[in-house]
Amino acid sequence: MTGDNTLHGPARTGGDGVPRRKIAINADTTPWYIYAAIIIFGVAAPFIFPAYTTQIALLWLMILFALTWDICGGQMGYNSLGNIFFFGAGMYISAVIQVGMFTDVGTYTSARGGEQLVLDYGDYFFSLFVGTIAAAIGCVVLAIVLGRIVFGLRGPYFAIGTLGLALAARELAGTWEWIGGGSGIAMPVYPGQPHEKSVVFYILFLLLAVLTFVFVRWLYATRFGLAINAIRDDEGKAEAMGIHTLRHKLVAWSSAAFLLGMSGAIFGNLTGFIEPLEVAFPAATFGIFMVVMALLGGKGTLWGPVIGATLFHIVKEVTWTYLLGWQWVALGLLIVINVVFFQEGIMGWMQRKWPERFGITVDQRVSADKAGEEASR
Amino acid sequence: MSQPLIAVEKVSKSFGGVRANSAVSITVEEGKITGLIGPNGSGKTTLFNSIVGYHPIDSGSIKFEGREISKLLVPQIARLGLLRTFQQTRIYAEMDCVQNMLISVPHRNATLTDMFRAYPAELQDEAEHLLEFVGLYQKRHLISGDLSFGQQKLLEFAMALMNKPKVLLLDEPTAGINPTLINGLIDRLKRANQEFGITLFVIEHNMRVVMNLAENIYCLAHGELLAEGHPEEIQNDQRVIDAYLGAH
Amino acid sequence: MLDNIGLLTLAPVLNIQLLLDGLFIGAVFVLAAYGLALVWGVMNVKNLAQGEFVIMGGYFAWHLGTLGVHPIASLPIVIAIMFAFGWLVYETIIKYVISRDLFTSLLATFGIALVVQQGLNLAYGPEVRTAESGFSTHSLFGGLVTVAEIKIVSFCLALGLAATVILFMKTSRMGQAIRATAQDARAAKIMGIDTERVYAFTYALNAAICGAAGVLVSMIWVIQPFYGIPHSIRAFVIVTAAGLGNIPGVIVAGLGLGVAEQYSGFVLGLEFQQATALILLLLVLIWRQVQLARYRQVVQ
Repeated sequence: MTGDNTLHGPARTGGDGVPRRKIAINADTTPWYIYAAIIIFGVAAPFIFPAYTTQIALLWLMILFALTWDICGGQMGYNSLGNIFFFGAGMYISAVIQVGMFTDVGTYTSARGGEQLVLDYGDYFFSLFVGTIAAAIGCVVLAIVLGRIVFGLRGPYFAIGTLGLALAARELAGTWEWIGGGSGIAMPVYPGQPHEKSVVFYILFLLLAVLTFVFVRWLYATRFGLAINAIRDDEGKAEAMGIHTLRHKLVAWSSAAFLLGMSGAIFGNLTGFIEPLEVAFPAATFGIFMVVMALLGGKGTLWGPVIGATLFHIVKEVTWTYLLGWQWVALGLLIVINVVFFQEGIMGWMQRKWPERFGITVDQRVSADKAGEEASR
Repeated sequence: MSQPLIAVEKVSKSFGGVRANSAVSITVEEGKITGLIGPNGSGKTTLFNSIVGYHPIDSGSIKFEGREISKLLVPQIARLGLLRTFQQTRIYAEMDCVQNMLISVPHRNATLTDMFRAYPAELQDEAEHLLEFVGLYQKRHLISGDLSFGQQKLLEFAMALMNKPKVLLLDEPTAGINPTLINGLIDRLKRANQEFGITLFVIEHNMRVVMNLAENIYCLAHGELLAEGHPEEIQNDQRVIDAYLGAH
Repeated sequence: MLDNIGLLTLAPVLNIQLLLDGLFIGAVFVLAAYGLALVWGVMNVKNLAQGEFVIMGGYFAWHLGTLGVHPIASLPIVIAIMFAFGWLVYETIIKYVISRDLFTSLLATFGIALVVQQGLNLAYGPEVRTAESGFSTHSLFGGLVTVAEIKIVSFCLALGLAATVILFMKTSRMGQAIRATAQDARAAKIMGIDTERVYAFTYALNAAICGAAGVLVSMIWVIQPFYGIPHSIRAFVIVTAAGLGNIPGVIVAGLGLGVAEQYSGFVLGLEFQQATALILLLLVLIWRQVQLARYRQVVQ
């Protein structure tokens, strides 16, 4: 014990001319060459593997899915099964805005895809831009409104509530004739060549994935990162300590919604045709993939979702067509095995194996004390 | 002193048919250490939970600095500067000790943009200083869930100090702590009170601790206020002795 | 939509049709929901594979039907198969999930659901099936209301099954062990109850109940490999609305859900029938929140 009698000890900064230090929480210690390698791969991929441009574009989408799921699921402990809702909502918002900029949505959809919206380059990209921004903003609004409902739910009720939300949106979108109902809505036609289109959308998905990664990397290093970790560890305690829990939960979910809404808008334009069951609200495919990928890589870590998404996407693309219908059974088994026997994921396993590499201090003596204490209980 | 820091007036609370508190009135004076004792099931923790907003009260009023708080929610009350620790120690188990301390800074005036700031280095100094105060400086980078129960209890206490509360409600601070460490804890509680000016309101089972610590003691039995007074008065109060020995 | 409401007031007997159909199908919902309440209450496992177990039982009945076994006669066989299947799933997966956090059981059973539905799809194809029971249909009120005999038979069977299970839980030694474990697993263990076996039995019993419900569904309605999810959602709606350990509540909520689906399908259109359970799920969750908020508690 020091003889220092003030509670909040003397500040060690100031006076000595040293700039004020900031503390990095969850500091990212990834070496620069890993980032460099990823960027080089991202830029070069469509030139090296021109035949697989769309598949690699989808890899960036998968990474975005896993990273955005992990904001709530891994870092905050709110395991949503319905984040796909924002993907579909963003897709529909952008569709309605983009079509509505040039024609009447009701008459357009009542033609049941018989009409096509052909635009020139300027109009196309302007409408894509406006649609994507509108989707992002619309999804944030939806997240804030719906978040007030679902964040009153904890644990399994939250998971079931969000799943119910996504499935209900899917059913209701199928009955809403103005947006095309079950028969869907055709997006504006890309004005150029198919290959050019795939490269353009590749760039958009790459930018979106990079934006997502940079965003969450920054987010987890702020006070916000610690606060959502605190909510994950013990929400009751966080409330008792005065943390604005609802505020944090809403911001976390809206961040995911913002990015998912944009990705949905761009995906809708890539596909060219939107319908509720398979494209907009694929709760049983993309909706589950995002959870599986984050768990596989290690939830609650920065790189886990990226690793999980990459691994999952590559294995899926390579093996999917050879499994002859058994791929879905395999997916189910993968979920079970992952959740039951390997929940820590790849990153979690590595952190346990080599804690010092990740800046985690383990005091063997304390651990032994703790073990003894637990054994004696 | 014009008004007490906490004024509980005729608070009643029942669960189903069980009256956990009936018309309990107590006051906690600013700057002092107040104790709350009573046999098991006498409604001590219920009263604590009522004050910090864990459940609504059936009737009565609870005022903090003259302001009615019985309708406020847990985080709102915490942000006013009325903080509690838990009987079953609660910390953020997957974060290390310094992180546990940093996230415990006061959220009283936090604005929406504050959540996206980084922590200034002074806060880390402050956190380490307080960890040193409770004797956990050496363990500051350990994951807090790996600490022993007693150390977690100390960490929870340090986190509460980090929050700079006006009053701290401690629910059995010495329960489960090695008897040899209790004296050190009493000393730290007293120092927190005297040097940092934090008012303490303590539930305690250990008579020696509470008599040593508190300046004013309330005794509950069967949900009703049985006695109030200085430690010596309480110690010699026949009703208190009877309550503990189960004489009625 | 308004036309349909008008129709209901003009021809009040139509209400009888909707009400009867709702009750008949609701009785089956009650069975699956009771099974869910059982595993939820006893072992704290939120079984998302509930609906898949139902559909699985239905397919076994249908399959036995193609071999010449009458669906009602297949009931005991399906119950036995599903009991064994449930036990197997417990031993391989659920066993490792029980002491873990709540999301683990939810996601693990979701994985099981995926395996079951896709397995059924591979085995039987995506066609919609009905097990032929050969009963006749009666017309009442000059043909406005039709009642299939099989629905009445199924309703009675559902009641009989429910009564048997409830009686079993109240009187048998295993039933008492299950209830003791539900109240306090540690205490039960200390008192010498083999809780591992109780859990395995409970999960197997749940699968058997679901299988029986599936046989009834296959007779009075339709089955399809991917029709399991709505059944799971329904079970969750019913249990969430009724609360755990509230058998009368489960019965009322189950029958009520059956009727509500019939009405919404009639008034709003068949495409809304699917969405009814989902919307009700969200409404029930909101209602529970509002209710608990008065006690400053959250739904967890």
